[in-house]
Amino acid sequence: METLLRQVLSGLATGAIYASLALALVMIYQTTHLVNFAQGELATCSAYVASSLIAAGLPYWIAFAATIVLSFAAGVAIERLAIRPVTGGPILSVVIVFIGLMLILNSLTGWIFGYTIRPFPSPFPEKPLFGNTYIGTHELGVIAVTSVVLLLLYGFIRYTSLGLALRAVAASSESSRLVGIRTEWMLGLGWGLAAAIGAVAGIMIAPILFLDPHMMSGVLLYAFAAALVGGIDSPGGAVLGGLLVGVVENVVGAYLIGTELKLTVALMLIIGVLLIRPAGLFGKVVVARV
Amino acid sequence: MMRPRSLAPIALLRHRPAVPVISALALGAAVLLPFVVSDYRAFEVTQVIIQAIALLGLNLLTGYNGQISLGHGAFYATGAYTAAILMSRFDVAYWLTLPCAAVVCLGVGFSFGWPALRLESSYLALATFALGVSMPQVLKYKHLAPWTGGVQGLTLDKPEAPWGLPISPDQWLYFFCLAIMVVLFACARTFLRGHAGLSVQAIREHPVAAAAVGIDVPMYKALTFGISAMYAGIAGALSAMSVQFVSPDSFAALLSVTFLVGIVVGGLSSVSGAIYGSIFIQFAPKVASDVSKAAPGVVYGLVLLGSVYLMPLGIAGGLKRLAELVRERARGMSRKRRRSHV
Repeated sequence: METLLRQVLSGLATGAIYASLALALVMIYQTTHLVNFAQGELATCSAYVASSLIAAGLPYWIAFAATIVLSFAAGVAIERLAIRPVTGGPILSVVIVFIGLMLILNSLTGWIFGYTIRPFPSPFPEKPLFGNTYIGTHELGVIAVTSVVLLLLYGFIRYTSLGLALRAVAASSESSRLVGIRTEWMLGLGWGLAAAIGAVAGIMIAPILFLDPHMMSGVLLYAFAAALVGGIDSPGGAVLGGLLVGVVENVVGAYLIGTELKLTVALMLIIGVLLIRPAGLFGKVVVARV
Repeated sequence: MMRPRSLAPIALLRHRPAVPVISALALGAAVLLPFVVSDYRAFEVTQVIIQAIALLGLNLLTGYNGQISLGHGAFYATGAYTAAILMSRFDVAYWLTLPCAAVVCLGVGFSFGWPALRLESSYLALATFALGVSMPQVLKYKHLAPWTGGVQGLTLDKPEAPWGLPISPDQWLYFFCLAIMVVLFACARTFLRGHAGLSVQAIREHPVAAAAVGIDVPMYKALTFGISAMYAGIAGALSAMSVQFVSPDSFAALLSVTFLVGIVVGGLSSVSGAIYGSIFIQFAPKVASDVSKAAPGVVYGLVLLGSVYLMPLGIAGGLKRLAELVRERARGMSRKRRRSHV
């Protein structure tokens, strides 16, 4: 029983990371109906930048903040430079651009920072909090940090006029252009936010997985599975789906099939959701109109 | 409707005189090639042929039917392992493993394609990506190891030339693969020009309209997925024979991405594009990795972006444009000459 509880709790910690990446995927999907394949690579790149900043002597939290700002800028820049020229074209070309970005970012990360696996510092003390034996302090910290990020994001989207504009563009790009919202910049903003959230996820998971250029490729799949479980178009569902996937992954990995088939669990989840409940737990059932 | 019989070939010649001639010349050169170059080069060209088959399969799905797959490496692996297991565990003749791999991959592709129908294009890409990423893990799985050989993989014998032909195994395998490629390319061309092929392309253009004119959209999409996987599987089986080795790490997720790069560079919705794309993915990484270990990824990425922005129809599309330009120039010249006569 105790081990089960331990597995569930550490599953919640990784689940929090999946949740934030799933949220980033859902955010981009809502505004553009696209899935950003480069999300994971972007997050890995951010984690490397943070690692270099820390190595250069910056205090952890300053490096953390600087990385988020840099990632936001990179997200906006990628939207404007690489994605803008192909939006409105066939979806295949957009996906190909994403794959191209993924390959370039992945290889550049390896080229600049090297392929050797590096440790990444955790800002949280190593001693378990309150003398508990169930969950490490870093994992608790991860849950806390991602909760703060998700709350901030929720507040931003729900209560600011910029957030309202973002939602308006997601709902109807043409109408929001008519009422004077600068839709192109809103798309850029969505990309920037997604990149920033990805950066947080990357920095938080790096101490667990260790830094290497392929760190996030599995994580992205879990995030995708989480987004599907929760419903592709539901931000709340993405968060819940993330937590759920994290727990399922850990428990199934520990008791049923061992760690070597963990990615296959993600695949099975994806196919299972598609077969049984394609809209996910909280998604809307969409009917295409002619 | 019928033209007088004697005129038809002339009309054909006037339209596209180059295509049959070039095809015949290329085939002739391909038959002579292994006698001119070393066994190693012949092996490399064999790889080009094998990958071209896989690329054609992916192109049927992505280029012609509009479904994006980032998991065709998994079907390639399925075909390769089917052939390898049959050959090493059951002593099945190498040529007999091809139809087996084809049937297995057709089934696997169809049963993956059926649930995946529900996915819109970019989500389909992610789901297939999941398939491609998890394939090596499944192949390494310890409870399957008695069949798959686990992490070590399986080693195979190279098929010898039959009927006492005086050629080396490499040359024989080259001809074997070439013959299969010619057959499969001809099949694909016939399929695409027929009723089924046109339905498949109509679904890409407008799924709702296609359904409205009575095309069974889910059936055709899943079937295309199956056929596409079958092509990839046959290619995989051929690669297992020619490389004489299968291991989980030969089928990493990057393989699927490489296939996508191949069809984009070669030309989407083009049968011949598969060959150009295959040449690119066979030789470009070798050139690039002289620069740096990371360079192939960067080159692939840049070439992908470049093709989307500058050459959306790939090499095949570019060549077609070029041919049209030349033809137009020629027509303009002859018109000018005629005018000067007057």
